[in-house]
Amino acid sequence: MKRIRESLPAMAVIAVLLAAWWLIVIETRSVIFPTPWQVVTGTAELIKDGTLWRHIGASLMRVGIGFSLAVLVAVPLGLWLGWVKGAYVTLNPLFQILRPISPIAWIPIAILWFGVGNASPIYLIFISSVFPMIVQTTAGVHTIERRYLRAAQNFGVSRYTLFRQVVIPAVFPQIIVGMRIGLGVAWLVVVAAEMIALRSGLGYLIIDSRNAGNRYDLVIAGMIIIGLIGLLLDGVMRLLESLKSVRWRYAH
Amino acid sequence: MRTKIEVNGIRKGFGSNGATLQVVEDVSLTVGDGEFVAIVGPSGCGKTTLMNMIVGFIQPDSGSILIDGAPRAEPKPTGILISQQGSIFPWLTVQQNLMFGLNDHPQADKKGVADHYAAMVGLKGFEGNYPHELSGGMLKRAELARAFAVKPEILYMDEPFSALDALTNLRMRNELLRILAEERHTVMLITHDVEEAIHLADRIMVLSPRPTRIQATFDVGLRHPRKLTSPEVQELRVAILHELGVDRNAG
Repeated sequence: MKRIRESLPAMAVIAVLLAAWWLIVIETRSVIFPTPWQVVTGTAELIKDGTLWRHIGASLMRVGIGFSLAVLVAVPLGLWLGWVKGAYVTLNPLFQILRPISPIAWIPIAILWFGVGNASPIYLIFISSVFPMIVQTTAGVHTIERRYLRAAQNFGVSRYTLFRQVVIPAVFPQIIVGMRIGLGVAWLVVVAAEMIALRSGLGYLIIDSRNAGNRYDLVIAGMIIIGLIGLLLDGVMRLLESLKSVRWRYAH
Repeated sequence: MRTKIEVNGIRKGFGSNGATLQVVEDVSLTVGDGEFVAIVGPSGCGKTTLMNMIVGFIQPDSGSILIDGAPRAEPKPTGILISQQGSIFPWLTVQQNLMFGLNDHPQADKKGVADHYAAMVGLKGFEGNYPHELSGGMLKRAELARAFAVKPEILYMDEPFSALDALTNLRMRNELLRILAEERHTVMLITHDVEEAIHLADRIMVLSPRPTRIQATFDVGLRHPRKLTSPEVQELRVAILHELGVDRNAG
């Protein structure tokens, strides 16, 4: 009941926007821009002929592979950079230069290297999500409180125990933050990457709907679906924050 | 009494840009095996620096530290430090924390040892809890249990109870004395609380302000349990406060 009451203002804003949109389209007698209802029927059409699921599946598959590869690279690399000062001093400047380059700027090179198949968007997702995760993981290692490292030193534990029971769990909340950022960026990028050359995915759906007969109802349907799936993905990542072994970091 | 800890003329300064701030100036002391020694000093006098050198986290600029007659190179599980902030790992349960230092035991054994010490400090039933679910006093109990579980020969305590409220502080002191009566350890306590030192220690050393030296030593020589309101305790307290430069009518 409380949750419903708390979400009321947000619902009201969305309702007002929908009404305004509807009204403006009718008032201006636009032939291209669809009404909200046309978007709903357009979406129903996509669901009926099965293309919606195919596009969603293709986009999620690319994000899944690119993001997983990025996690596999970023977490060990971030831990290493955080722990070994020499590695940090040597590689951090390079990463700081690569990090601000928009993934979109990588598109020509991705096409050159990987062609127009699935490998290009997967590479772009990898490039876009790997850096924020490296940065977060490294910062996580740097901010481990000295009292915990000293306690581990005092008890004379092995290097293996030090990493498994102190360093990694201490950094884990930061890794989760990095993963949330990384997955958010990955989802932004997959849509942009699919607009270039592929024949599937939500980005392709949007561009193709516009090119093949100005179907702006499907363009907007695609946009809304992208937003909802993005929200869902972030929700899945947030579930990690409720793990008992990371609650200490978010509890206060 | 055999000598457990021997500190010979250690000095430590911290400096940047050529200007060195001398923190510890020529401190020598000995602690006997099984003895409880308290070191009291004004805040900011270099107590923690002195302790960190004796435990082995930082190295003195000069002088030597011998444990059982041998130079101490680095921190070892034979001497566990309990500090004011505490260092119970927040990402491990109480039981996992207590098992942390038990490297050489088989897994089943570790659980048994952890549960034994959890019960000893009154944390039975909280083994599966995470530290953020515990109170400050319970965290201190967990910290004591984790230290006792590895059977250290020396317990180093740096203002261990000063972050606790007065009542919990007193309760923890009694708890510590009870455990020490069961398991003999050499204890070195650093504190600014004179009453706490008199309550617990066999011998009390008073430090001077920075750069710190040992200014005076008092033998407590009172039997446990000590009555903190007794005239002997009051007399000792006044003498120590006087040594610390606090007016004998104040406090």
